Amino acid sequence: MLSWPTLMFHDSDPGPSSKPGGAADARPIDVSAWIGGYPFREVPHPEPDILVRVLEREGFAGAWVGHLPGAFHRDPAPSNRALYAALAGYRQQLHPTPIVRPDWPRWEVTLQEAIDQGAPAVRVYPAQWGLGPGHAALAELMMACGERGIALHVTVRFEDLRQRHPLDTAGDVPAATLRALARLKHSRGQLVVAGCGRELLEETHWGLTPDEQRRVWYDFGWIWGPPEDHLAHLVQTVGAERLVWSSWWPLRLAQQSRALVDLLPDDVRARTPDRLFADGRRIVIAARRSRERR
Amino acid sequence: MNTDPEARETTTDDRAPLGGPTPLIDPHAHFHTPFTNRTDWTQYNASRLAAGDRIGVHCHIASVLGSWGHTSPTYFSSPADQTTANNWMFDYADADPKRVAAYVAVNPNFNRHAISEINRGAARGCVGVKLAAARRADDALLTDVAEIAAHFQLPVLQHIWQHRRRDWPNQDASDALDLARLAARQPRTTFLLAHLGGGGDWAHTLPAVKDIPNIVMDLSGSGIDRGMIDEALHWVGASRLLWAADLTLCTGLTKLRALQHTDASPDDIEDMRWRNAVRIFPRLVFDPARRAAQSA
Repeated sequence: MLSWPTLMFHDSDPGPSSKPGGAADARPIDVSAWIGGYPFREVPHPEPDILVRVLEREGFAGAWVGHLPGAFHRDPAPSNRALYAALAGYRQQLHPTPIVRPDWPRWEVTLQEAIDQGAPAVRVYPAQWGLGPGHAALAELMMACGERGIALHVTVRFEDLRQRHPLDTAGDVPAATLRALARLKHSRGQLVVAGCGRELLEETHWGLTPDEQRRVWYDFGWIWGPPEDHLAHLVQTVGAERLVWSSWWPLRLAQQSRALVDLLPDDVRARTPDRLFADGRRIVIAARRSRERR
Repeated sequence: MNTDPEARETTTDDRAPLGGPTPLIDPHAHFHTPFTNRTDWTQYNASRLAAGDRIGVHCHIASVLGSWGHTSPTYFSSPADQTTANNWMFDYADADPKRVAAYVAVNPNFNRHAISEINRGAARGCVGVKLAAARRADDALLTDVAEIAAHFQLPVLQHIWQHRRRDWPNQDASDALDLARLAARQPRTTFLLAHLGGGGDWAHTLPAVKDIPNIVMDLSGSGIDRGMIDEALHWVGASRLLWAADLTLCTGLTKLRALQHTDASPDDIEDMRWRNAVRIFPRLVFDPARRAAQSA
């Protein structure tokens, strides 16, 4: 059995194979998890020790972890401090993905801090910040991430539109925002899209050149399986290598990505072993390689 | 009538069910027909059956909502479209009685037609009544439908928007409070509140139906919020919850796998998987021992 590519979040970390997520670990690394509460409803026990147990139970080697309350705050700094502190004891499995708000003063320092902390990606919430398609600050951050070899993670939604709290008026991140980020000239940035359905994914993917397409990754946890079979369609058209494992813990049941893959039609499943889907470590490698390419 | 037997013959599956080995009934399923605007209707139906087999669904209790928007709106089907849809559904269930059972779907705005369809459906072996969103659940027009459903021992699957705070396009959606008013005045009828995970705020639904014992709920829908099943168990208990899938069998499998990590006991889980369905669908012919033997 082929193993997943080795993940080394720290340049100095040899990533021994015995570690979770090391070279011998065939389990994927989830790219969309958070800790902390959600402002619009109760989420049960969103603490890192519970997340570690859930990841182990559901077959993930680790997770990219954000700080959920921070997505709804203005200043990301306290949220990032809380994230680093909370994950300090769990860094073999839980990899911090802090917020970098590019329209906030000294965001470059925040980005550098994320790199110093070994973050595989930084997170942005354009809908919550009111940053629309083509916003210059987002573009600047995307370019900087590409230069530094760190991925940019965009959450397009937290909940289905039908269930949102009356105060949750942010809306979804539109495909135009994603295309604008992916189309940046001379960009080497890797863009990770979380929460998209088939339509948003296709409006993004088929609106990009092949080179641009190769720098965008889609968390597939929200895509529909049978009987509509959207995931099967996307595996055959966009390709499993662009689709990324996720848990969406603590907001959603962490079993969904596995259920979606298990329910692929037999002919598609036979051609698509688990390892063909992307995961956090593969994106890290792509970001590093992209940075080194001059 | 074309019920697509060719596609259905390919869906037997002898692998271990992904959703576990014990019986499983999906009381909220839909199929498509040649009378809709989907050219892939046979593929859709085949996919539902194949995924159901893979999960371990022994019986899909299903309805067709008119022409699914082709010649009249999905949630406001014309009488002619609904009759055509029901005929197709009855034939489809007849062609595969081991795996498929039928609801008779009706539009209560056409009361005489609705009653006639329920009578016809009962004669054709349907096991429940499906109400979509052509009229609010607490409307007086639903009284006759509820009474004849009780007469035939047919539970009523009512489409629900969890906490309707405004009108939504294309439907006169009801929420749990609307259904609770109907259920309180029709205590002989069992109402199956549709898709707790199907959109809206499920947390509002749970206290709304807690004291209405003739309302049970299905867990279907694309929503897989953590905490939803736990809260449902807390408010109404496993005896009033039915596992189901509706339009997304993937989230159905996820919820099945999640059940074992809730406070539900193994007995509770069996209740939600199939026992409650057997209880509330008295006309459903379901032999779990035979089904288990087939799975093995």
